[in-house]
Amino acid sequence: MFGLGKKDTTVFVVVIILALCAPFILNPFPGNSSLAQFNAGYPDLMQRFVIFGIFAIGFNLLFGLTGYLSFGHAAFLGAGSYAAVWMFKLLSMNVIPAILLSMIVAGLFAVVIGYVSLRRSGIYFSILTLAFAQMSYNLAYSVLTPITNGETGLQITLDDPRILGASATADGGIPVTNLFGLEMRHFTTVDIAGWSFNFSVGYYLCAVIMILAFYVAVRIFRSPFGMMLRAIKSNQQRLYYTGLNARPYTLAVFVISGMYAGLAGGLLASMDPLAGPERMQWTASGEVVLMTILGGAGTLIGPVLGAGFIKYFENIFSKINDGVLHGWFSFLPDGLENVVITLLHPFVGKGWHLTLGLMFMLVVIFLPGGLVEGGQRIAKALRRGRTEDNGAARKASHEPAE
Amino acid sequence: MGILEVKDVNKRFGGLKALSDVNLSVAENTVHAIIGPNGAGKSTLLNCLVGKLIPDTGSVMFDGQSVLGRKPYEITQMGISRVFQTPEIFGDLTVMENMMIPLFARRDGAYRLRAFRSVDSEAELRSRAEAMLEDVKMLDKRNMHSASMSRGDKRRLEMAMCLVQEPRLLLLDEPTAGMARADTNNTIDLLKEIKEKRDITMAIIEHDMHVVFSLADRITVLAQGTPLVEDSPENIKGHPKVREAYLGEAA
Repeated sequence: MFGLGKKDTTVFVVVIILALCAPFILNPFPGNSSLAQFNAGYPDLMQRFVIFGIFAIGFNLLFGLTGYLSFGHAAFLGAGSYAAVWMFKLLSMNVIPAILLSMIVAGLFAVVIGYVSLRRSGIYFSILTLAFAQMSYNLAYSVLTPITNGETGLQITLDDPRILGASATADGGIPVTNLFGLEMRHFTTVDIAGWSFNFSVGYYLCAVIMILAFYVAVRIFRSPFGMMLRAIKSNQQRLYYTGLNARPYTLAVFVISGMYAGLAGGLLASMDPLAGPERMQWTASGEVVLMTILGGAGTLIGPVLGAGFIKYFENIFSKINDGVLHGWFSFLPDGLENVVITLLHPFVGKGWHLTLGLMFMLVVIFLPGGLVEGGQRIAKALRRGRTEDNGAARKASHEPAE
Repeated sequence: MGILEVKDVNKRFGGLKALSDVNLSVAENTVHAIIGPNGAGKSTLLNCLVGKLIPDTGSVMFDGQSVLGRKPYEITQMGISRVFQTPEIFGDLTVMENMMIPLFARRDGAYRLRAFRSVDSEAELRSRAEAMLEDVKMLDKRNMHSASMSRGDKRRLEMAMCLVQEPRLLLLDEPTAGMARADTNNTIDLLKEIKEKRDITMAIIEHDMHVVFSLADRITVLAQGTPLVEDSPENIKGHPKVREAYLGEAA
């Protein structure tokens, strides 16, 4: 199906189901239950899941296939965001031209950075990309203020020209981003027996684009081009003596990967039309590396899982404060309750990074293939369990005959 | 006029004269062995042929064209393939994928991306890869992870990867180094078979006299960066200069 092999089709269908049913899947607890704070089915949060999923899918094309670890991918994310906001300021509030421009700008940016950085490999490549990203961040922060509006960040205002749209709405407000009139922030809430599910226009636009981005990534993985990229990771020497120059291939995938990041940046701006320099900072670049490795570098679905995992932690775990902990452990005697809460305190709320760091360490040490490897091991264990059961059953059924 | 002509090649590394006035002519469709004691400059000479090193003076012509100043991938595109001392294969990939890469490289050149054609849909290239694997008796291993194979199998795979591109000149850098006797004999048989079946010129750098004398049509003895003698294997065996420089110390 879709020109994919059987296994890839399964993965693709799983991704489609996950993306389209996310409002249900991420809302497993009824609104009034004590576990409701673990729900993540809010439009802005779900949008982040899929947008960072796109970012990680693109990053995985570069890192997972060629092994070139870029430490400056956030530069493309930021460049895409700025490009999209400028499109909202100058042209119209429609998201399509904004997203297209953000991909083009990020792609051009990637050509320049990639051309220079790909002269080196390994750690030197990582350092070069990191240097470029930090340069971009500092430029956006200070020197390029006329374009980026510096520290404040680029926003849309009432006196932007917007030549194909209106500078202001009829009642004098700032217009909102839309897809041919369909407002991105619009959402409907459906209440079913205590659960309330949110269906937002913005989320479904992001989800559809993520599905497309995933499909393209699968095709690249399975194409001759993808095979050459894996050959680059495996043995560049042999590739050169096969009559191939690796450089055009690495540059091509670097640009593709940069355009994925630009797409993600454009979508971020489309959901919330502002762009600040912090989007280019090295922490943002590091985050996508974490997402990819946590999920499973070089696997198809890993980066999407990793992105969801990290964003979930960032938004849900960080909301658990001492008050919530007191609520949970109120059944314990007072003294013990305080001890438990003091012990847990550094790991939740503002300390969620600590938990994430520990999880990351555990995954890297025990599951070098990321969450995907974890899933495979569980599946294998289950399968083994089942065949043993079958074996026992067969034995039992044979015995009477003997 | 040979297919490969090396003229007056000199190469210094600082104060060390690695090659001095090397002249070498490899005739088409022959097996030419280059032998010599350690440090004789064999590897330096080979690296000059494939573009890894550039000689200080002199010329290297392949089929009437100079190879000097060209990148390794350009030289490979001209029709020179190289087998390394330790087999260089794509260890992360399967045997079949290893075979597909040289075929794609040969067909599409360096720049064609074809991102939207699946590897599995390339039936014609697959059948060529399978035929080549059959030739080196590795067809049953086509789905194996190539890094987990024995050294002899890796060597066979590497040769298959070179040969499937139909090179005109195959350079072999100590193809049997570090191999068990049985693997060495297999490799000799394989090379003999290749020589009989195809129009191919081979240049072998080798330590193992058994290999050299079972394969070579012509032998050049290199000592201290200069060719000592060039002759047929029969004459080389009894040559006094060679005995002194090379065989003498081995005996």
